[in-house]
Amino acid sequence: MSARDNILQRLRAAPQGTAPLAPDVRGFHAAVSAARPASNRATRMEVFCDKMAFWHAEVVKVTRDNWSQKLRELCAAKGVRSLLYGEQTEYTAALLAAGIGGLKPYDRPVDDWKQELFENTDASFTSTRGGIAETGTLIIWPDANEPRLMSLVPPIHFALLDADKLYETLFDAMIEQGWSGGLPTNALLVSGPSKTADIQVTLAYGAHGPKELIVLLLVNEEELA
Amino acid sequence: MDETGNRHYPDKPPKVYLFGTCLIDMFCPEAGMDTVRLLEREGIEVHFPADQTCCGQPAHSSGFPEQTRAVALAQMRLFPEPWPVIVPSGSCAGMMRHHYPKVFADDPRLLAEATALADRIFELSEFLLHVARVSLSDSGQPARVALHTSCAARREMGTQVHARALLAQLPGVDVGLHEHESECCGFGGTFSLKHPAISSAMAGDKVDALKETGAETFLSADCGCMLSLNHTLQKRGDPFQGQHLASFLWQRTNPEGGRR
Amino acid sequence: MNAQNNSQINAQANTQALRFVPASEFKERAAVAVADAHLRKSFRGAMDFLIAKRAAQFPDPVALESQRGLAEHIRKYSLARLPDLLEQLERNLTANGVQVHWAENPEQANAIIINIARRHSTKLMVKGKSMVSEEIELNHAMADAGMEALESDMGEYIVQLDGEKPSHIIMPAIHKTKLEIARLFAAKVPGAGYTESVDELIGIGRAVLREKFMTAEIGLSGVNFAVAETGTLCLVENEGNGRMCTTVPGVHIAITGIEKVVEKLEHVPPLFALLTRSATGQAITTYLNMISGPRKPGEKDGPREMHLVLVDNGRTQAYSDEQLRSTLQCIRCGACMNHCPVYTRIGGHAYGTTYPGPIGEIISPHMLGLAATHVLPTASSLCGACGEVCPVKIPIPDLLIRLRGEAQHDARPGHAPMLGQGAAKSALVDAIWSGWAALYTRPALYRAFGWLATRFRALTPPMQSGWTVSRTPLKPAKRTLHEQMAARERR
Repeated sequence: MSARDNILQRLRAAPQGTAPLAPDVRGFHAAVSAARPASNRATRMEVFCDKMAFWHAEVVKVTRDNWSQKLRELCAAKGVRSLLYGEQTEYTAALLAAGIGGLKPYDRPVDDWKQELFENTDASFTSTRGGIAETGTLIIWPDANEPRLMSLVPPIHFALLDADKLYETLFDAMIEQGWSGGLPTNALLVSGPSKTADIQVTLAYGAHGPKELIVLLLVNEEELA
Repeated sequence: MDETGNRHYPDKPPKVYLFGTCLIDMFCPEAGMDTVRLLEREGIEVHFPADQTCCGQPAHSSGFPEQTRAVALAQMRLFPEPWPVIVPSGSCAGMMRHHYPKVFADDPRLLAEATALADRIFELSEFLLHVARVSLSDSGQPARVALHTSCAARREMGTQVHARALLAQLPGVDVGLHEHESECCGFGGTFSLKHPAISSAMAGDKVDALKETGAETFLSADCGCMLSLNHTLQKRGDPFQGQHLASFLWQRTNPEGGRR
Repeated sequence: MNAQNNSQINAQANTQALRFVPASEFKERAAVAVADAHLRKSFRGAMDFLIAKRAAQFPDPVALESQRGLAEHIRKYSLARLPDLLEQLERNLTANGVQVHWAENPEQANAIIINIARRHSTKLMVKGKSMVSEEIELNHAMADAGMEALESDMGEYIVQLDGEKPSHIIMPAIHKTKLEIARLFAAKVPGAGYTESVDELIGIGRAVLREKFMTAEIGLSGVNFAVAETGTLCLVENEGNGRMCTTVPGVHIAITGIEKVVEKLEHVPPLFALLTRSATGQAITTYLNMISGPRKPGEKDGPREMHLVLVDNGRTQAYSDEQLRSTLQCIRCGACMNHCPVYTRIGGHAYGTTYPGPIGEIISPHMLGLAATHVLPTASSLCGACGEVCPVKIPIPDLLIRLRGEAQHDARPGHAPMLGQGAAKSALVDAIWSGWAALYTRPALYRAFGWLATRFRALTPPMQSGWTVSRTPLKPAKRTLHEQMAARERR
């Protein structure tokens, strides 16, 4: 008998009392949501910005018209010499037109340029699939155009988040976006820059991943204030 | 009731049983006698079944279920009338209220008996506050005290809430909070015998914290913790000592100022 | 830093032949630990910090109770369906291109991993935090096979550099002060100057480990939740080293205990929320890394090959008993150790097992057997703090009592014996408890004993086992309560 068979056999031989009913996570979540003050776009944005600040991330409000210029300014201010971006995303054209210096497409398998990615790439720019207000979190679904390492290796990560896609909770995002129907090879939740408190419970940022996370929050003109 | 204190309390009864506990019986009988005095002053008749010994907790926590059952069973039949059973010890009360039903879980008849008894078990301060609904009048000098609630009393019987509420009825008594108040004092029954180094470290930290409140004495509703801490202090040559809550309440509120 | 220097560090990190220390010497180690004022102070400070951080996350006790209730329900439900869920997980992972392996014990798990590593001519494996890999002592197995396994979680990296094991499951280097780490880095990381700045120390670790992520052939990680319906492995972390290990090397091996599986993706958020809040008082960690397979055609990064090793190592023994099964509800938050007055005073190393503190006391007997571990369930005052904070409501004190019993008795009728069943059986202790029960079930005898003990109280022994180590001896009162009450009746 294989290890697999032995393990499954031992588990199946164990006594089982009355089987518990399936947990009603949706019902629980609905009850918790109902007991909370109703959220709207404005409150979600406010909570998201507060929580992101708590996680040591920067949130910069931008519009569809000015985001790429803002990104250019931020890159200049931070002395970014090379900005990694994904090809063929809905933002690529605007990005390329913005006149940002040192643009570098993630256009070939990492195996071919690992060292350059690790040692000679200052920053990256990615889109996001949404955000979570309650915890100050970005939802990132890497794909062939915007691979996994974009949000991990460069010391600065710029992430564009459409305020329309801000959910109240992780559970809301998961259900409304239908995650269980098809997850990418690597789905990510990101709440701030990489950090550690492993030395004497003292918080330090940039443990292994980005040292800075800058969220470009895409809002309407009138929400800029 | 649930552990958050939502217990349905009966009206004040004319009669109660006292379960004195083995530690009080042998080492702190005054705490038992003061319990009787406090109850009788409320016009309650106290019955003390002479055949009672121990709730069985030492064997239970040591992993001797057979002996636990035998001793627990010997107690269970001693309280035939539907009167409340008053236990001046949080941990023994917790044993009888929460663990007896588990001890007899595999025997429907005994389980029913254990559950019925569990319903009538009251730790003393809970009973005084919520059933006897005492109104204490303070006759002592202003005093600062600290309170050590045993872990079982705290987590199973809510004694830290009840004891504080009783003490709050005494205007002359100021109850200090100590560091890590909810932390165990290191007694733990046979734990203090099996792991003396760790137990001593815990007891030492607890007496330091109690003393740091500047209290004159500390109070506990559990003789086990109280003895462990008092004997730790004695070994240090420290005159600071604790007292059972029942004795303190009796002494503070008896106009004759103490024992009869 | 050049490659030669790096290999020196690795050699140092790997030469430590560190194995489990026997749990049976727990008492000796505990006595040494409580006498170490420096250790006591660091643990107390760190635990107080974590306790306060957790408490701030749960301001509403009623809400916390309902969250714990749901989390317990999810875990119990998952365990009730465990064999089916494991098969569903395996099917879905396989469909996603992940190779699933099963191991009954540490030897099998190590052999599986070493085979994969050899197939890829591995020199270096980088590791994300995995307590199961500690459980099987993978680093030593790899070293014995001539390959290097390097820890990349900062805390794990620090303890490995110093030839130690983690002292806490979430904060592995919590026993070390900043100054000790400063000295360690200056001594053992070539090219690193002495610095007491935490930011600079982390910077040193980052630089060393980034090189390693780039060159390692294999990345190994643990798993926090395995989702059966989607074939997804969820990893919870703050640092990003877990993402590095699971993304940069060509091969990713995940290793987990068989109990970590949940049925649905929607079961993850409630557990995840309680895990991070209970562990470090964070509402969420920096990363939740949800991996559903290796690199797909057309994708530009991610491992080309991915494996999951499902490890039993005693878990089926816990599972076989309906009470002990609740041990497997654990989501490894560490709150029980943070709140344990014993752990706080002796630290994690004194236990000598992979998992210290209350969770270690209830899980180690299944992994290592009661013969080696029977003392661990006794190392608790049964204060109940662990059970009170456990986010999945494991009745830890009840399980400690149960294991104390199993260590001292034969298996109950109809129950299979546990590994090491009855290892602490003692005729003397049996006789003491039988005598105790005989006395306490015979009221007349009991009263006579009380009468004698009070009359001869002057003869009370001055040495009373562990009690008198730091206490004066107990002495009976002048008259028992029984006698005083009887005298009252007569009046």
